[in-house]
Amino acid sequence: MNTEPRRVAESARRRWMGILARARTPDLEALWDALEPPPAYGRARGPETGLVMVRGRAGGVGQRFNLGEMTLTRCVVRLDGGPAGHAYVAGRDARHAELAAVFDALLRDGRMDPAVIDRLAAEQVERRDARAAKTAATRVDFFTMVRGED
Amino acid sequence: MYVAVKGGEKAIDNAHRLLAEDRRGDPAVPELSLRQISEQLSLAVDRVMTEGSIYDRDLAALAIKQARGDLVEAIFLLRAYRTTLPRLAVSRPVDTTAMHVHRRISATFKDLPGGQVLGPTFDYTHRLLDFDLAEPSAEVPEAPAGSPRGDPVPRVTEVLNREGLIAREVADDPNAPVGDLTREPLAFPADRATRLQNLARGDEGFLLALGYSTQRGFGSTHPFIGEIRMGEVAVEIEPEDLGFAVEIGDILLTECETVNQFKGSKTEPPQFTRGYGLAFGYAERKAISMALVDRALRGRELGEEVVAPAQDEEFVLYHSDNVESSGFVQHIKLPHYVDFQGELDLVRRLRAERDAEAAQ
Repeated sequence: MNTEPRRVAESARRRWMGILARARTPDLEALWDALEPPPAYGRARGPETGLVMVRGRAGGVGQRFNLGEMTLTRCVVRLDGGPAGHAYVAGRDARHAELAAVFDALLRDGRMDPAVIDRLAAEQVERRDARAAKTAATRVDFFTMVRGED
Repeated sequence: MYVAVKGGEKAIDNAHRLLAEDRRGDPAVPELSLRQISEQLSLAVDRVMTEGSIYDRDLAALAIKQARGDLVEAIFLLRAYRTTLPRLAVSRPVDTTAMHVHRRISATFKDLPGGQVLGPTFDYTHRLLDFDLAEPSAEVPEAPAGSPRGDPVPRVTEVLNREGLIAREVADDPNAPVGDLTREPLAFPADRATRLQNLARGDEGFLLALGYSTQRGFGSTHPFIGEIRMGEVAVEIEPEDLGFAVEIGDILLTECETVNQFKGSKTEPPQFTRGYGLAFGYAERKAISMALVDRALRGRELGEEVVAPAQDEEFVLYHSDNVESSGFVQHIKLPHYVDFQGELDLVRRLRAERDAEAAQ
């Protein structure tokens, strides 16, 4: 059995789920409003909010430990006559999770242009780059001076 | 002993209404929004998230508002809220080596791969009150942009590792369970994972004082800051219904690694040892303090003599939690009438006996 297409599909899905999780809800609402006609779907689970225990590692690389929790909202939807969509989104925004789940289902069903995801990703990279540029301006080169004791 | 009391309902109700009125303050002053707290008191939010042990900026801002800015009370509120939520997942360990750094400094190497970036620091400010902030300004501050080099930012301890001059982190056993203080009570001796979780939730002031005590000679560990980094890391979970890992978002973390002098023992050569601190948000004082105390608590496993409070894990771990300590310290203000009545009777009886003896 050839598992390669499935692996490719899984990595594409992982990517868009991560991008949808980081998207801003108003941006997702705008995408939803642009869907004509809006897709019919039902909620299979949630949206429901709970906690994720965030783990770290001692020294950043060693033994795992429990750092503390964060909020998470998950949602599963099913398109009428189509696949299920899942969302796991940091925070407590139920609408964010529901829209992310719907878009996951639409993307799996080939009913949504993947370029939409690329645009969301580009905005996220842009925000990160803007911060990185301001951080870069604080780069420092310390130099040590001989104290002249000898 | 606390014995239940009855009555006072009306007074309590009115006291809470008075609390609400005082919380609001002068109604002529605009009410604080959670966004304002989250954006402009962001370090208070970070502390409440770290010690309240829930990363959620809005919840922490709400807790701060409700607690009138009393951060320990806000931490208590967040911990209480936590118990109402189910745990849906455990994350994969966050990869702080892959952090998108907003700040990264080392006090041990001036030229280190990846360079040093100061980020939004209070360091090198003159700590003079800035009266320009006293009035709202129409001008929005804007920081200059530079050119990111985009080179990798390896861990400073890896540099020492190459020479074998620093003890390696104990390798993780992926099948071993990870102790969780939210599920099991503390037991001693506590393993490193349990200690780190306890310190991560622990009171910043308590850990700061303990860390300071080690510097002043109460269990000295000769620390250097190998590296502090603050920035964003992705959080990844592997939901059962998916069968693969997904990122749920990014969180801001502050990490501190100390490099500590170690003279060696019967089994270990002279080398540097490590202390580790990790906190939600931008919480540098907390992360450094945590790393100092983590290292001090490793004394037993490194064969050091345990003589100081910061090295005593029962002392440290039992007293670090400000929800527990605040609750126990403050409960003595609640009615103890029955207890005290007993004490009063005892002292009166002893006094009478003494007087009777004196009269004989």
